[in-house]
Amino acid sequence: MAETIQLEVTRYSPEHDAAPTFQRFEVPYRKDWVVLDALNYIKDKLDGSLSYRWSCRMGICGSCGMMVNGEPKLTCATFLSFYAPDAVRVEPLRYFPVVRDLVVEMTDFMVKLQKVKPWIIRKEEKSIADGEYLQTPQQLDVYKQFSMCINCMLCYAACPVYGLDPLFTGPAAIALAQRYNIDSRDQGAKERMDILSQHEGIWACTFVGECTEVCPKHVDPAGAIQQYKLTAAKEWFKSLLMPWGAK
Amino acid sequence: MSDRFETHQHDVLIVGGGGAGLRAAIAVCEANPKLSVAVISKVYPMRSHTVSAEGGAAGVIKPGDSLDEHAYDTISGGDWLCDQDAVEAFVKEAPEELLRLEHWGCPWSREPDGHIAVRAFGGMKKMRTWFAADKTGFHMLHTLFQTSLKYDTVIRYDEWFVTKLLVDDGRVQGAVAIELMSGKIQAITANAIILCTGGCGRVFPFTTNANIKNGDGMALAYRAGAPLKDMEFVQYHPTGLPFTGILITEAARSEGGYMLNKDGYRYLQDYNLGKPQPKPVLRSMELGPRDRLSQAFVMEMEKGRTIKGPYGDVVHLDLRHLGEKLISTKLPFVRELCLKYQNIDPIKELIPVRPVVHYMMGGVHTDINGATPLPGLYAAGEVACVSINGANRLGSNSLPELLVFGARVGRAAAEFASKHTTPSAAILAQAMDESRRLRKQLLEKTGGGERIATIRDEMQKAIENGAGIYRTGTSLVETVTKLRELQQRYRNTVLDDRGLTFNTELIAAMELGFMLDAAEAIVQCALHRTESRGAHQRTDFPKRDDEKFLAHSLVYRNADGSSRVEYLPVKITRWPPGERVYGEPSQTKDAQAGR
Amino acid sequence: MTPHEAKGATQYTTYHPRWYRTRVSTYWWLGKWYYLKFVLRELSSIFVAYFVVITLLQIHSLSRGPEAYARFEERMRNPLMIALDAITFLFVLFHTITWFNLAPRAMVVRLGGKRVSEILIAGSNYVAWLVISASVAWFILR
Ligand SMILES: Cc1cc2nc3c(=O)[nH]c(=O)nc-3n(C[C@H](O)[C@H](O)[C@H](O)COP(=O)(O)OP(=O)(O)OC[C@H]3O[C@@H](n4cnc5c(N)ncnc54)[C@H](O)[C@@H]3O)c2cc1C
Ligand code: SF4
Ligand code: FES
Repeated sequence: MAETIQLEVTRYSPEHDAAPTFQRFEVPYRKDWVVLDALNYIKDKLDGSLSYRWSCRMGICGSCGMMVNGEPKLTCATFLSFYAPDAVRVEPLRYFPVVRDLVVEMTDFMVKLQKVKPWIIRKEEKSIADGEYLQTPQQLDVYKQFSMCINCMLCYAACPVYGLDPLFTGPAAIALAQRYNIDSRDQGAKERMDILSQHEGIWACTFVGECTEVCPKHVDPAGAIQQYKLTAAKEWFKSLLMPWGAK
Repeated sequence: MSDRFETHQHDVLIVGGGGAGLRAAIAVCEANPKLSVAVISKVYPMRSHTVSAEGGAAGVIKPGDSLDEHAYDTISGGDWLCDQDAVEAFVKEAPEELLRLEHWGCPWSREPDGHIAVRAFGGMKKMRTWFAADKTGFHMLHTLFQTSLKYDTVIRYDEWFVTKLLVDDGRVQGAVAIELMSGKIQAITANAIILCTGGCGRVFPFTTNANIKNGDGMALAYRAGAPLKDMEFVQYHPTGLPFTGILITEAARSEGGYMLNKDGYRYLQDYNLGKPQPKPVLRSMELGPRDRLSQAFVMEMEKGRTIKGPYGDVVHLDLRHLGEKLISTKLPFVRELCLKYQNIDPIKELIPVRPVVHYMMGGVHTDINGATPLPGLYAAGEVACVSINGANRLGSNSLPELLVFGARVGRAAAEFASKHTTPSAAILAQAMDESRRLRKQLLEKTGGGERIATIRDEMQKAIENGAGIYRTGTSLVETVTKLRELQQRYRNTVLDDRGLTFNTELIAAMELGFMLDAAEAIVQCALHRTESRGAHQRTDFPKRDDEKFLAHSLVYRNADGSSRVEYLPVKITRWPPGERVYGEPSQTKDAQAGR
Repeated sequence: MTPHEAKGATQYTTYHPRWYRTRVSTYWWLGKWYYLKFVLRELSSIFVAYFVVITLLQIHSLSRGPEAYARFEERMRNPLMIALDAITFLFVLFHTITWFNLAPRAMVVRLGGKRVSEILIAGSNYVAWLVISASVAWFILR
């Protein structure tokens, strides 16, 4: 057989194991194979009981995030050739509870996402017959970057604050809230402020900045949080100076 | 294991959280806020395959364009197999739905003055394709998902897998599903069920479709007694990366890329597609119609002039002569995809490509409101066949289809659900049976020895051979026999995984079962349609035959598991069948849809 | 749908997922330069505070006349204090630099509809810093 490469994969069966262990597999090595292809090879040919999530294999569905040699990665966009000939270690995303093998529990994020109200909030809705809300390319550009989030959770796995305090709203959810706050069509910033300016909201973030480093879609969640801190601080000052002002 | 059994009850149950499913969920809420709506999806909704659509969504909005023109493009592109009443409703409602999405926050690309921008698209004679950069499907899906979060009445069952529809008294009343997290098998009852499970590209070996597109909904409906329609119409895209199925857009060819065979020869000149010119010429050579390009590939392969790669035969797409500057300014996304997911740099290397399965025109037979002939069962999106796509879908018609028919089906199901109540007791007995079946046949099965992957590979090979780009009576019959053998062997599959928690192998086994049924439907329809039309090309019947086949195929499952095909006339309102002429000056043939 | 609460129990009961939670190690920040840098930056705030206190003390003694100031200077000449000040200086410098580098993240400046590049924003911060430092130095050393 042609060249091969070793994979060290986390195994955890809640029904049988007290804690996760590693299992070694030898898989063919190919230049155009990503880590996910190697996992699929294992599942198809060697051990069908290996569990992990994936779907699109083109870096857009956000399912296949795992720790590869200790770094949060989309396994469908991480080539084996980057690590070969050394062994590759694949683990479930850090800081999340492990359900099974490489599958983590992510309801927590889904709840947080809903809490920050990631939808357009308006005082008055325009009717469809009246056409679109006008938005210039510049106005689009203001929030575009934050709208690119694929909810892959890599940023949470990179965030020690989230690791230490699971209540922290976290990078992606805050970035998505900010995406709507600064969308020219939205009028819901005040409503979102109540949730975001809580202690577990933006203020828990101590600006490690690693979330932005690992984000495969260049969303820059760290930037979103810092921007929002600035806005929140300004609002706070305003309310201090003008307590009678509209809230 | 005990027979503990839980049931959940809702008014409307939507299977699938892609574009169609989410639009339907919101439509139900808006039609009747009192109804309880459940969305069940085997992956978190924002992972659904709608996310990967890149190109755009068609809807008439600019002056100088008209609904009739959009309708005509769609109908001629579909080789007159579209139901014209459905197409008329579709083109009328598409712009409204796209606008609604704008109001919900979709980041559509804009003109400098703030209005929606549109682009040209294959087969559309006017510019009418809305886009959100090169991530249209992604933005549409996330907008829909995030908007759906504001409706409290939508209950989500994320990562639950539907295994069976429950039918009693001639009416669909619920479904059995597995919760992946716990492995629990439960029944969810509802007065109306909407299938929005997407297509079945994974039946084929080379496809742009994601791992989750296994024809689940098609098989669920088929097994429950509803007919599938026009399943023989499978759309290919001529330039996909082998193995990953990632799509290389036509832009790579319109910028001047060459298609080369193993001798480095621009083989398209041998297939009546014009002669090589220094500059790319519209509708000739590499810019010929997409189906012709796919067909030329097959003929090259038969002549042994394709390249043998690790994943089968390929030809080469050569961009190297375009130079680094042009590639990184005009085709950055093509380069990024090649680099990031295939480890190939098109500036320096040849890109291996081949035709890949892209879209299913066929699906569960529905009327213009998404209702199937089986009371209580509805369908919308790629899983359904209304039909607006006819024999060949036009690029950028599918995304607006999700919205238009998602909304329609939501309203129709809401109305039906308000009129019917409480599931019968027989349903629960059926659900218990299903639960027992799953455990016996899969989880606790002993003996056997077939691997899922082996059967899957053989199925994919068989269907590609029999019902690929070109079909003949003999090859189809062979495939029928092979599929029958695989159905038998499927009963002997054995799982490595006997666990309950997140058992993805169990899911894969059931998906394989669904795919085998979808494959059967495709092959049966293809065998019985003895003509060539749109995406269905029979070498033994190369002509279109409007006498006999201006009709939809409907394939039913008989009680003994065999199938029968019937025909239903196409609805013609204003556009009588015309001739589809190749090449200039008519543009109909290259209406072969795109992305 | 929210799945079941995590069971603290070590025993698996049928249909109840038993999640495994990894504990965050006390030394998590040592594993990676990025995290180490982060912890150092957090740590640097102590030194910034110390720097502020010293400056306040200096002004305080200055206000109490030349004698008091001489005593202050005497105390500061202690080699231990000098070492401490050197370390403080490094940390404050580190703090400043990281702060400036982060500034463009929080501040999106747009000119004529285009986002001003990060380098430009950070750069203007550095320029301002240099100019102010230089003028202070010129004022003292004049
Ligand atoms: C690469 C690519 C590019 C494309 N580009 C374009 C384009 O530019 N323009 C255009 O108009 N069209 C395009 N299309 C086509 C279009 O994207 C699809 O037809 C459309 O998104 C299908 O949406 P859907 O809602 O029907 O299904 P999907 O989005 O596939 O969703 C299916 C849902 O059903 C759920 N499901 C399935 N089975 C089960 C089960 N057994 N139990 C529970 N849940 C289940 C899944 O979890 C998922 O949520 C493209 C397609 C591809 C593959
Ligand atoms: S912000 Fe980036 S890393 Fe975080 S979830 Fe979104 S795409 Fe993933
Ligand atoms: S599989 Fe979809 S992002 Fe990797």
